[in-house]
Amino acid sequence: MARLNANSLGVAQEIIARYPVPRSALIPLLHLAQEQEGYVTEDAMAHIAELVGVTPAEVMGTCSFYEMLKREPVGEYMVNICNGISCHLLGSSDLIHHAEATLGVRPGGTTDDGKITLEAVECIAACTEAPCLQVNYRYRNRVTADDFDQLVSELRDDTAKVASHGQLAMVRQHIGDDRRAGVSPPDGQGEPAWMARNPSDNGDGS
Amino acid sequence: MSENETVVNITVNGQPVEAKPGEWVIAAAERAGVYIPHFCYHPRMNSVGMCRMCIVDIDAGRGPALQPSCMVEVSEGMVVDTTSEQTRKAQDGVLEFLLLNHPLDCPVCDKGGECPLQDQTMAYGPGESRFVEEKRHFEKPIPVNDLVYLDRERCILCDRCTRFADEVAGDPLITFQDRGDQTQVNTFPDLPFSSYFSGNTVQICPVGALTAAPYRFKARPWDLTEVESTYPNPMGDRVVVQASRDQVLRYQGVDSDAVNWGWLTDKDRFAFEATASELRLHTPLVRGTPLGRLDPGGSELVETSWGQALSLTADAIKAAVADKGPQSVAVLGGARLTNEDQYAWARLAKGVIGTDHVDAQLDDGLPAEGVLSLPRATINRACTPGGTVILMAPDPKEEQGTLYLRLRHAIVNDGVQLIELTPRATGLSHLAAFRLHHRPGEAAAVAAALMGGDIEAGPDGDIGGTPVSAVAAAAAAIANRADQPLTVVLGRPSLAEPADFTMDAVAELVRFANLLSAGGRPGIAFLPALHRGNVLGALDMGLAPGLLPGRITLADGGPALAEAWGSVPSNPGADTRGILQAAVNGQIEVLILLGADPLGDFPHRELADEALSQVGTIVASDLFLNPSTVRAHIVFPAAGFAERRGTHTNLEGRITGQRQIVTPPGTARADWAIATELARQLGADFGFGAPEDVWDEITRVAPSHRNLSMEAIDASEDGVVAADSSIAFTPPDNATPVPHVDAYSLRLVAARRMYDRGTLLQHAPSLAGLAPTAVLAVNPYDFDRVGVEPGADVQVISNAGEMDMPVVADPGVPRGTAAFGYNYPDLDVRDLVDPDAMVTDLRIQTR
Ligand code: SF4
Ligand code: FES
Ligand code: FES
Repeated sequence: MARLNANSLGVAQEIIARYPVPRSALIPLLHLAQEQEGYVTEDAMAHIAELVGVTPAEVMGTCSFYEMLKREPVGEYMVNICNGISCHLLGSSDLIHHAEATLGVRPGGTTDDGKITLEAVECIAACTEAPCLQVNYRYRNRVTADDFDQLVSELRDDTAKVASHGQLAMVRQHIGDDRRAGVSPPDGQGEPAWMARNPSDNGDGS
Repeated sequence: MSENETVVNITVNGQPVEAKPGEWVIAAAERAGVYIPHFCYHPRMNSVGMCRMCIVDIDAGRGPALQPSCMVEVSEGMVVDTTSEQTRKAQDGVLEFLLLNHPLDCPVCDKGGECPLQDQTMAYGPGESRFVEEKRHFEKPIPVNDLVYLDRERCILCDRCTRFADEVAGDPLITFQDRGDQTQVNTFPDLPFSSYFSGNTVQICPVGALTAAPYRFKARPWDLTEVESTYPNPMGDRVVVQASRDQVLRYQGVDSDAVNWGWLTDKDRFAFEATASELRLHTPLVRGTPLGRLDPGGSELVETSWGQALSLTADAIKAAVADKGPQSVAVLGGARLTNEDQYAWARLAKGVIGTDHVDAQLDDGLPAEGVLSLPRATINRACTPGGTVILMAPDPKEEQGTLYLRLRHAIVNDGVQLIELTPRATGLSHLAAFRLHHRPGEAAAVAAALMGGDIEAGPDGDIGGTPVSAVAAAAAAIANRADQPLTVVLGRPSLAEPADFTMDAVAELVRFANLLSAGGRPGIAFLPALHRGNVLGALDMGLAPGLLPGRITLADGGPALAEAWGSVPSNPGADTRGILQAAVNGQIEVLILLGADPLGDFPHRELADEALSQVGTIVASDLFLNPSTVRAHIVFPAAGFAERRGTHTNLEGRITGQRQIVTPPGTARADWAIATELARQLGADFGFGAPEDVWDEITRVAPSHRNLSMEAIDASEDGVVAADSSIAFTPPDNATPVPHVDAYSLRLVAARRMYDRGTLLQHAPSLAGLAPTAVLAVNPYDFDRVGVEPGADVQVISNAGEMDMPVVADPGVPRGTAAFGYNYPDLDVRDLVDPDAMVTDLRIQTR
């Protein structure tokens, strides 16, 4: 299990600096941890707790609330087949059976090669494109059994052009130093009142 | 009350009710005698609307609608109906929902018989469930810490325990995890709910999901008898003591608005185990031969009769007085007794024997006269919204748990500003407006600058180790709030230094008191956070040198009391240190230990050791044999808490009742009775037949306790508060100079931890193992300077001694300082402290 590595830590600090209150950064940091390992390790949760000044139990509370934050290792690709009403009416159950037969796992399971985790999920808000699925949260619409087989073979030889699990956005947002909510106000400007630090706080316990 | 305090008129079940603005409907109804069933609502925590049980018909002008009464504020003209058909249906439905996943294992559940879920299902619920599916399953009880078990199947997710941990205790180590029907309360894996207050969650859990290890499967609620009483700690926490078959089985907190709000620390809550310990003393003992013959030089304590023990003691006292005068008898301890016990011993010592060598504090508190001379605050005064609290005491989280909870609430919710004037960070530091962490011993300089003196840097460019700017900002903050009460929580912040430094700082605060109270402003008052049960009662009852019962000095009160008592000591006596020194010099013939263990507690162990070996007759009255009392010649088994009636005085001077529910072990007796009997053998008839007689006399002879009749104490929910003393504060002649610390040394701060090697704790099996092992805590920035690695085993050297221990990084310890626990079970800090030096400087080296 791993804490945030040096790279992630740098990003984490930048994320934290965007918020007036550090704990507001909790969810983005959990995504960051998931991006690093493919899932959120307990060590990463403890590390995040240190970074934002809450207890690990509080991080666990938040992390465990969200389905998309995985606390156990998953495959390189999460394949979430929608089983909402529209998709169901248009044959998603058959698609799920087909997937089970093809991959040899039940929803929730991961293939032996560690490539694919299959999930059956509730409506993913693409009902007009039913039946649909997501691969690492990227949509595939009006999916037939053939489409599915095609997808699986692409995933297996890594030609599907899908970002690895955990990575939500291809482009990382960057915020200029002068626009951060951190503790360094732009030149010539005082700290806004809500940011005023404890005057006796030297950070070294004195 | 403020001027915008008006009344909101509402109607509850047809009756007009006067509610307070901002009050929840559920609270207003309850005050008016209408109980609305609920699970998650708790008057001392924020409403969350989790359980929906409190749903009633509320009409705020737009027609009746079902709303959770714990989340709706009263408004003018509001009509509430808690009995409507709709309400009943809602309650019925909510209960059916709450029971969907509930295992209904009531027959094997500790809560059965006192369970709100059970009771409310009976009163408002459906007779049966329509749920036929499988209930959710979790591993049956899992420990969340050493004391508390959690059965997640029983949990109804009311959020009380988790809110308590977060809002009240500030230890959010249990949280809701997962989601939907899988939601559960849990800790982080392998990170227990290590809170000093975890037992409270057991008390407030509305189902049997949280149970306490010391009570599990011990009794059924209907087998318990109970009395309301006062726990013997300096806060005087109100408790219900529950017993079955003459054994105390549980303490529950009582919501006293003035004191503990229903909370207790785990240490106090579970200390009941010690009362029933096998090791309790149950019969008088004398030193003799194994065959039971008396022999002052004997190697063993053998059982004897009360008559024998008492007359031996009386003889020893008579001989000592005849031989070397009354001051050859000395009394140490008594801080754990009731006021009545203390008064009886004080009268015996000072009025009958005539010695003033009496001290309840073992040189680990503050000078008694100084404490009594200060204007006393109440806890509620300290917590006045918008007020200021100066903390000049050991960490309240470690020593005065429920005071910590009250202060924490006041800071977080009521805008009280906390100024920490301590040698190290405390459990409240992260909430403090100003953290003025001074070098050990240098509080006075900071206090002076803070209160109106010049804010000028000392020779090191700071004020007592605190940055000038921080002191200036804090001083300005105090001035800003001068129209609100300023309360000083006052104690002995470190036992590695004498009380003189603290009293110097107090003198500075008092010097500016007039300034603070000018123009009718509330000014400054003090809450003495001293250590040990009824220590404040002991000071009030005269168990201190130079004092008589009623917060009066020997000089001022002597003549009046001499009339009531017959005589008072002619010479002022010495404090514990002086008494032990006198013993070493051969001037003490009889030493009476009242629940005291100088060997274990007095800061200078060698002196105590030497003193005990010099005294001709050591008499002890105690619950247990301790390292000191095993060396006694005569031992009286004393009755403890819950085994006798009496009154207790807390740090506010609040007097509340203690009641008896079980019989003392063997022939153990209450201390007032022991003192009275001894007095009789010495020719004085106190005329006490019951603790009420003693109290009666106290209210007649003790100036601060006049008119505080037993009836008045019992009549008021929160007891009565004794009057301030007429003793004037005498500032020390000269401030004690603080020696300079050299660049390679760290100055020692030693304070108590909650769990330690204390006698009571060690006899409570559930608590005995909780004391932490010894470590030296050092600021992370100091490791380079002293040249060791964090976590390393090091050798710590002072001029008094040396010992090996791990050193850990702790940002709460200021640079240049090292912090150590006073009473770790494994290492004794007294081996490092030079009792005659003003400060203790440590050097650290790798082994
Ligand atoms: S354990 Fe008890 S107090 Fe905690 S949420 Fe569950 S029912 Fe409420
Ligand atoms: S039901 Fe499948 S996307 Fe809505
Ligand atoms: S008591 Fe109001 S919702 Fe629980």
